[in-house]
Amino acid sequence: MTVTISQSFASDGPRLHPWPVRIMHWINAVAMIVMIGSGWGIYNDSVIFGSLYFPQPVRLGSWAAESLLWHFAGMWVLALNGLAYLVYGFVTGRFRERLLPIRIADVIRTVRETLRFQISHDDLTVYNAVQKILYLVVMVAGVMQVITGLAVWKPVQFSWLVDLFGTFQGARLAHFLGMAVIVCFLLVHVTLALLVPRTLWAMLSGGPRLAPPRLRNPHAGEPR
Amino acid sequence: MRSLFRPGSRPDPHILDDHRPEIRSLERRGLLRGGLSLGALTMLTGCDVGESSAVGKALRAVSSLNDGVQAALFDPNRLAPEYPESRVLKPPRFNAYYPIEEIRPVDGEAWRLEVAGLVENKRSWTRQDLAALPEKEIIIRHICVEGWDYIGQWSGVPLRTFLERIGADLKARYVSFKTADDYPSSIDMATALHPQTLLATRYARETLPDPFGYPLRLRTATKLGFKNPKWITAIEVGNVYQAGYWESRGFNWFSGL
Repeated sequence: MTVTISQSFASDGPRLHPWPVRIMHWINAVAMIVMIGSGWGIYNDSVIFGSLYFPQPVRLGSWAAESLLWHFAGMWVLALNGLAYLVYGFVTGRFRERLLPIRIADVIRTVRETLRFQISHDDLTVYNAVQKILYLVVMVAGVMQVITGLAVWKPVQFSWLVDLFGTFQGARLAHFLGMAVIVCFLLVHVTLALLVPRTLWAMLSGGPRLAPPRLRNPHAGEPR
Repeated sequence: MRSLFRPGSRPDPHILDDHRPEIRSLERRGLLRGGLSLGALTMLTGCDVGESSAVGKALRAVSSLNDGVQAALFDPNRLAPEYPESRVLKPPRFNAYYPIEEIRPVDGEAWRLEVAGLVENKRSWTRQDLAALPEKEIIIRHICVEGWDYIGQWSGVPLRTFLERIGADLKARYVSFKTADDYPSSIDMATALHPQTLLATRYARETLPDPFGYPLRLRTATKLGFKNPKWITAIEVGNVYQAGYWESRGFNWFSGL
């Protein structure tokens, strides 16, 4: 009897990635690329690290004025979409469900499995501990980019934000490092999505349907 | 009046009639070719954000929207942080749309500040006239749109005091500047009236050196560096927006800090 109920739920239960998540994910992907490419164009006018320049092919905007126009238009998309995503994640319980708990033992096991190339991708609906940490890190980095961005944009109106980072250049450095964290995440994220293309398809189509919460195995992520 | 570029004797109009078919085919071919190359051009400039492209127009529209957002964020009573004299950079960092070797020093004796627009008293000002006005000193951070910054010590008459003295309409929207180096600029009235907006005549207690705007420049603590025109020759108060040098090249107008 339980089996029948479970199956009937699973056939029309919610998808791994409901449509709002998919829409916000792809809007965010475009906004991130716009912000990173235009940010590199702005950076070049006064570099932070002596010999680090970004070449034209990876920059958005043919010179600083255009990069700035892109950056200050893209910021609205990034911030508003990001805000909607955070509200959605908290209100629907998605963050708690997908990203928590993170146990030290799980982290160690995932790292060990990864190093032995034994990591399993059979069940897309369960994130491993390292995945959970990476998603949390990039979300915090995204929020930090908005905060450090506000400090760099409005260092007088929000001078208290600048004080958090010491000086104006401190805020600028933090804004640059936040970008570096997001770019590192992107490299891992895109590489893994391409290695396991089902995940990419899931972010377009919604992915596998989830079993109703009360029938879900609380230890689904553990080896059986 | 007759155009100087028109030839004295015109060709016989019958020439056109004799060659009408050829001319028509030429026009058609040209139109076809022109149409094709225009199509190709739009493909080539898919990433172009120049003023005329659709993307360029959209980005500039957002930039105008951002002017309004920044004006709303601007708190006329919020002071920019000030710093101890020991942190002042001497000499300050030079910035202009040309290198420092190309500055054209202004003759302070012959120099006059013109005043125009919505003001009661339009007489021009000499350096001595300005020196008689009350003076203020600010030690503030200069932040360039490029990303660099330094702390500078500026003194001169607050722009608010000057505007009151010339009987300016303080409800006008803009205060615009003309300079000896052809660098037009304009700011909003709220910023013009801010206590840390000066018509600076000195840096680190010394008369402004030539590269930094002698005899008169704007120095406001609440805007990016490029919003501080040097070698000012005229100030106009009005309600008509006048784009500055960098703004007409795509930089944001308000550029508030």
